[in-house]
Amino acid sequence: MSTKIEKEEITIKFAGDSGDGMQLTGSLFTGNTALTGSDLATFPDFPAEIRAPIGTLAGVSGFQLHFGSRKIYTPGDECDVLVAMNAAALKANLTNIKKAGTIILSTDGFDKKNLRLAKYADGENPLENDSLSNFEVFKIDITKLTREALKDSPLGTKEKDRCKNMFVLGFLYWRYDRTMQGTIDFLTQKFAKKPDVLAANIKCIKTGYHYGDTTETFTTQYKVKPAPLEKGTYRSIKGNEALVIGLITAARKSKLSLFYGSYPITPASDILHGLAKHKNYGVKTFQAEDEIAAVCSAIGASYGGDLGITGTSGPGLALKGEAIGLAMMLELPLVIVNVQRGGPSTGLPTKTEQSDLLQAMYGRNGECPLPVISASSPSDCFEVAMEACRIAVKHMIPVILLSDGYIANGAEPWRFPKAEDIPSIEVNFKKPIGEDETYFPYERDEKLVREWALPGTAGLAHRLGGLEKEANTGNVSYDPANHEYMVKTREAKVAKIADFIPEQKITMGVEKGDLLILGWGSTYGVIESVTKELSEEGLQVGHTHLRYIRPFPKNLGEILKNYKKVMIPEINNGQLSKVIRDHFLIDVIQFNKIQGVPIMKAELKYAIREVLENM
Amino acid sequence: MTKNNLKAKDFATDQDVRWCPGCGDYSILAQVQKVFAEMEMNPDEVAIISGIGCSSRFPYYMNTYGMHSIHGRAPAVASGLKIANPDLSVWIITGDGDGLSIGGNHLLHILRRNLNVNILLFNNQIYGLTKGQYSPTSEVDKRTKSTPMGSLDHPVNPLAIAMGADATFVARTMDRDPKHMQAMLKRSNLHQGTSFLEIYQNCNIFNDGAFFTFTDKATKKASAIFLENGQPLVFGENDEKGIRLDGWKPQVVDLEKDNYSKEDLWIHDESDLYKAQMLARFFDDPRQAEYLPRPFGVLYATERVCYEDQLIAQLNEAIEQKGEGDLNELIAGSVTWEI
Repeated sequence: MSTKIEKEEITIKFAGDSGDGMQLTGSLFTGNTALTGSDLATFPDFPAEIRAPIGTLAGVSGFQLHFGSRKIYTPGDECDVLVAMNAAALKANLTNIKKAGTIILSTDGFDKKNLRLAKYADGENPLENDSLSNFEVFKIDITKLTREALKDSPLGTKEKDRCKNMFVLGFLYWRYDRTMQGTIDFLTQKFAKKPDVLAANIKCIKTGYHYGDTTETFTTQYKVKPAPLEKGTYRSIKGNEALVIGLITAARKSKLSLFYGSYPITPASDILHGLAKHKNYGVKTFQAEDEIAAVCSAIGASYGGDLGITGTSGPGLALKGEAIGLAMMLELPLVIVNVQRGGPSTGLPTKTEQSDLLQAMYGRNGECPLPVISASSPSDCFEVAMEACRIAVKHMIPVILLSDGYIANGAEPWRFPKAEDIPSIEVNFKKPIGEDETYFPYERDEKLVREWALPGTAGLAHRLGGLEKEANTGNVSYDPANHEYMVKTREAKVAKIADFIPEQKITMGVEKGDLLILGWGSTYGVIESVTKELSEEGLQVGHTHLRYIRPFPKNLGEILKNYKKVMIPEINNGQLSKVIRDHFLIDVIQFNKIQGVPIMKAELKYAIREVLENM
Repeated sequence: MTKNNLKAKDFATDQDVRWCPGCGDYSILAQVQKVFAEMEMNPDEVAIISGIGCSSRFPYYMNTYGMHSIHGRAPAVASGLKIANPDLSVWIITGDGDGLSIGGNHLLHILRRNLNVNILLFNNQIYGLTKGQYSPTSEVDKRTKSTPMGSLDHPVNPLAIAMGADATFVARTMDRDPKHMQAMLKRSNLHQGTSFLEIYQNCNIFNDGAFFTFTDKATKKASAIFLENGQPLVFGENDEKGIRLDGWKPQVVDLEKDNYSKEDLWIHDESDLYKAQMLARFFDDPRQAEYLPRPFGVLYATERVCYEDQLIAQLNEAIEQKGEGDLNELIAGSVTWEI
């Protein structure tokens, strides 16, 4: 008979070879956790290689889940529980486990070969020496137990071994006192056409569960109560999923066809996959021959009256630069989604970084200012996707949307809206005109926005192009004064967007005081939770998080003045810091982490304390 | 909808045409305007997309919808436009530098996808707008500012590239034969799928006379062969020469001197992929002592389903299978819970 212990929050990391199915195990456990009403955040962390050499440190794939009965802002710093399927997985994550934390080991992953591949010294075995003595260690021969459970299955040994992750999942379901039915339903659907595989998976989940229940080594089960989340209907959402849903929603709400031109690139490809699945929503996806063709096809589609969108990551944004400048000159709507990753060059494709803020702001030839907005969490990608489309259409301009690898693949519970409650996006195409009227393609309204005139409309035939154009008529012009006027006008047009976006707000902590923590993008969770904890200690800190980076909300300058100092934590070498200094002529304290991983709560907290102590 | 009674001049804009006096582009512009009028094209339903280069100024001079885009990328812009609005008549204007050098990749892909658009490639074997560097189609050993000791690059054969990309319509014409160009433009326009028309165009400033062997009255008949479907391959001052196939090898024969009649000659068949591949390979340097005549006309024409039609068909099929997408279902996904 086991005892049940209640916990406020738990962080689990699943780690194994990239072929061990740790991402699936993590996702299924997350889905199961969400249904219990916990709040949660996840962080998948996988190698760049699809199948790195088996058993090596380079091939370790991880999935971290933080869940609790309170509001959860981050996937957690260190984990309470590490599941390690082999020696490499243990070695890669050993520094990431809390003191006296739990390690669940698959002993078959610690044979001579695995130890050698994990670069343990000859004769060194962490299962046999005392290197793990500060942890609670459970050694399970998962391979042997899985094979035994499946001894009557017609599957081959290789296929049987692939069910190891289901044994792990079952064991954890027992440990955290869960029900298995949801997962069994999922598997039943997934393997509908492979009854033997289905039977084996279900058998292994149940075996794992009963193993926990009946083996005397395991005496404790843990339970986490539901979190006090707002009442409503929830689903689990990843950032790239939210972008897909947000873009489709924006297309519906603007009554435009969505055209998505893209070239596969990590970590943005899932947006292309996600959109391609939704053709019954009228979504047109175009896998172009390269990044440049991807953005150009989207420009052509916008010219023709579709909602033209392209998606990419940093290197792709660099390739698209010239075409984005063209779209800016043509003054057509376009959304460019950049799911950022570690740079420069190919950099760290599967790792996260706030790498491209400066590229988004300045990475084009000539004077080419564009609106730049950023998403702060997986579910926020939904709102930001719609907002990018709204600005693009309303202001006839390309909009750069910055997400990153961390929120693209991370998941959280989302209290989603009803379609009917989402406001529509107004689109006014220029109407046909008679033969006695003249159409001026660059005539502007009070927002400095020209009208969207579609090819095929009677009387509006006109020529657009990347050459500088005369104000109003749009004819090619080399006139010096006209060029200066047009550059200034295009800049003013971007600045005017500030009249149509909400004011900046303090989300946590004091409205006036010692230190403002200013963030953008995926650092929202860690800054918010650290500010909360420090505020609870009575420290005079406040947090504000930017969605709109160009133009800035009108009141941002006022907010900056309300604190003695401003700190900007970023997963880069200080890009927003540069922009803020340039724009507001104030100094800021940088906090930069450039390691391809999110900022940890502990390190940020430490840095903030240090600033406050020295004030 | 068609607009009748339009004249060629109705397709001209009020913008001054800024090509150099004597440029072959003037002839192309005139023929396109004439053909558009003759074919009763509605200017409001035509979109002309170009890249960068002398040829790419073309849209500014056509009173239709148009976009002067960026270097080499017109096929990509045109693809998005055609997918957004398949009813438009979309024309891509490009040159040997724009289409075969910086934009070579896009040309390959639009041809294989076979969108129902028209490509006019103005080939003058030189970079004009940047003032006279050799281009991908320049002959070897071309002396230019960037190649003072002669160019090393073997020239691109545009029609062989088009055939290699499985283009569904491949043709060649020249600026100095207005009638032939008009006929080719009409064929291009009528073709369902991507039509690829290479136009030999004289740059009288930086590469004057590049094609005179084929276009000049004195040498044209002996060096150019005008293809007609179902007709034997005949050329020469008095149609006295022909091409016959000696096994897999094309052979020039003299109908007067050799022991061959027209019945022995290669009969042109636009639908024959293998023969079209060979015709595209009639690409000898006319400076050689003996060379095969350069073919003009439609080398190859076939039917293949258009990309945009299939794309739209997939959308309709998805709606048939799953029903029109419901926004609330999309937002909620498959697993939800209440709190």
